[in-house]
Amino acid sequence: MRVRRVLTAALLLAGLAAAPAAADASPSPDEEGASAAPTEAGTSFRSATEIGPGVKATAQGSTGDYLYWSFPADATQRATVRASVRLPEEHAGETWQIDVYDGLRRRQACRYGAQTRAVPAGTTSVELACALRTVRGWAEPWANDPLPGTYYVRLSAVGLPVSDVGRAIAAEVQVEVTDAGGSAAVDGSLAEPLIPGVAMRTAAEGGEDGAGTEDGDGGLLDDAPVLAGTDLEDGWSSGWWTDRWLWTAAGGVLAALAGVWGYTLTRGRGRPGA
Amino acid sequence: MAVGALALLAALAAGPAFPTSAAADETDGRPTPQVELVLDVSGSMRERDVDGGSRMAAAKQAFNEVLDATPEEVRLGIRTLGANYPGDDRKEGCKDTEQLYPIGPLDRVEAKTAVATLTPTGWTPIGPALQAAARDFQEGEGTRRIVLITDGEDTCAPLDPCEVAREIAARGIGLTIDTLGLVPDAKTRDQLLCIAEATGGTYTSVQHKEELADRVGQLVERAADPTVTPVAVEGTGACEGAPVLKSGLYTDRADFGKARWYRVDLEPGQELRAAVSVAADREVTPGYGVLLRAVTVHGREMVRGEASGHGRTDLVSTGLRLPKAQSDEDDAPAEVVCLAVTHSFSPAAGVKTTPGLPVELTVDVVDGPSDADDVAAFGLGRGWWLLGALVVTGFLAGLVWGWISRWRVAVWRTN
Repeated sequence: MRVRRVLTAALLLAGLAAAPAAADASPSPDEEGASAAPTEAGTSFRSATEIGPGVKATAQGSTGDYLYWSFPADATQRATVRASVRLPEEHAGETWQIDVYDGLRRRQACRYGAQTRAVPAGTTSVELACALRTVRGWAEPWANDPLPGTYYVRLSAVGLPVSDVGRAIAAEVQVEVTDAGGSAAVDGSLAEPLIPGVAMRTAAEGGEDGAGTEDGDGGLLDDAPVLAGTDLEDGWSSGWWTDRWLWTAAGGVLAALAGVWGYTLTRGRGRPGA
Repeated sequence: MAVGALALLAALAAGPAFPTSAAADETDGRPTPQVELVLDVSGSMRERDVDGGSRMAAAKQAFNEVLDATPEEVRLGIRTLGANYPGDDRKEGCKDTEQLYPIGPLDRVEAKTAVATLTPTGWTPIGPALQAAARDFQEGEGTRRIVLITDGEDTCAPLDPCEVAREIAARGIGLTIDTLGLVPDAKTRDQLLCIAEATGGTYTSVQHKEELADRVGQLVERAADPTVTPVAVEGTGACEGAPVLKSGLYTDRADFGKARWYRVDLEPGQELRAAVSVAADREVTPGYGVLLRAVTVHGREMVRGEASGHGRTDLVSTGLRLPKAQSDEDDAPAEVVCLAVTHSFSPAAGVKTTPGLPVELTVDVVDGPSDADDVAAFGLGRGWWLLGALVVTGFLAGLVWGWISRWRVAVWRTN
């Protein structure tokens, strides 16, 4: 997808000469400390900590806590979530699990990866992974396909003896994103990425009553609490660029050349009809 | 968390904000997070089993550290239980709870001095202390958190502190209670766990001094992290008469085995996105599920979201997307979409079923429905098979064209 990045960068440069066009798809968790890894996790969908691809987020908690992070994923991307938990020295055997939810809080299936693991007593760490399906630019409303927008990771102990509750644990979460490219480019795109509260955000930003909120006249500060601040540094893909354009154009050129070749074959070597 | 705090500081510097969302309105400024630390000062806090020192000393040291590290914007208060009445009269002992430092702008020196005067004294009236603490909070938006630090179970039956917590949660004021137990005995743990669960809080068992300070500090900082405050609504038993929701975050209670209905107006060309979570705030059986349906006023189901699971959980959630096609008419009426939420949690034996489980509902109505005409982007092709097919087709077309033109030349010649 280098072509797309170059194009995006070129567009950005042309459009906003002032904005530095960072070409890689790293996110902007917030203004400050964009590169700093978060050391806390949220405890609900609302308070989920935003992390970007490749950032190793850590958190301290207690067994029994439900820890939440969120990350952005765009069309044609494939995200893999990896988590590791350091457990207390002594425990009676626990089962840990990561669940990934999309922006509509729908649980997403994992293609592969140990999403759930039972940890026998005496083992003090556990590694979990979940490789998500490829994010599609568009899907039918009745489908459960992953769509561009916010994704939530929930780390929890699903099997926990009561005697083990409340002990200190340390968790690490990392999301890696690869791009599946044009092979996953589907037709259509969402009007807005699947980000919770996006209607309120666009209404406030645009100053228009676009989303049915009546009080769109006041100015919403950038840092007022939002349901999810998920954003990509170089914007969400517009959905029009895909390397299918190149393949199709190349196919057209090759077909034309082959046509000319076929035509000349019927003509023999010399001048036609001579 | 630090980022959140920074953002909040920046916002404070920038002046008062008027959040426009349906989720946080009628504020005359930024919502201020409020935290109350509730500390057990009962006689048992004298025990010297936390890193060689007394439990009280550990708590005091932790408080000093936490007070130093409390973010500017947090309004912090301290309440004690069992600090004053040393006698044997249970009735008196169970009334013994006092606000040591009121919730408000923090004067660190004053707060620390107040904490330093505490000596372990009386009973452990957790229930009454929680009731009183819930009253200490000021009106307004913003997160509210109680951090309860205790070393033993409530000694003031029949008032069950867990019931108190559930009653506080049912008021819908968005109060979370986090509990910290200084002694890992089963009864205390069960009680504190129940209190935490009922309000969506956390329970931690503390064995060391540093753990206590770290955890309390973490909880106070969590409160400082700005989150959207949900608006309380009350869904009805049928679509007719259900509350009309706009984009925003809402909270409600869903009884066991009953549906909750809401309505959303959807203009042509708009897309409805709804997500719902039903939280398990009490002991439930391991199998559970949730169903969210979008239904027309005539009862036809358009789309549904469903989820189910098994095992220990804090919530079960699902969502749905419903685009409404653009209309050719200029002023086509908005469609009324009925949203029905049902869940299939079942309470464990002996657990109260009222009030219902907390429901969190997100509604987003965005402009522009999405549509696609083809499976692939713009119907474009890709891959070697495509190239091969095009080359072969082109070649054949060239051949045919060549033969046709030869044949035409031949015909022209013979004439």
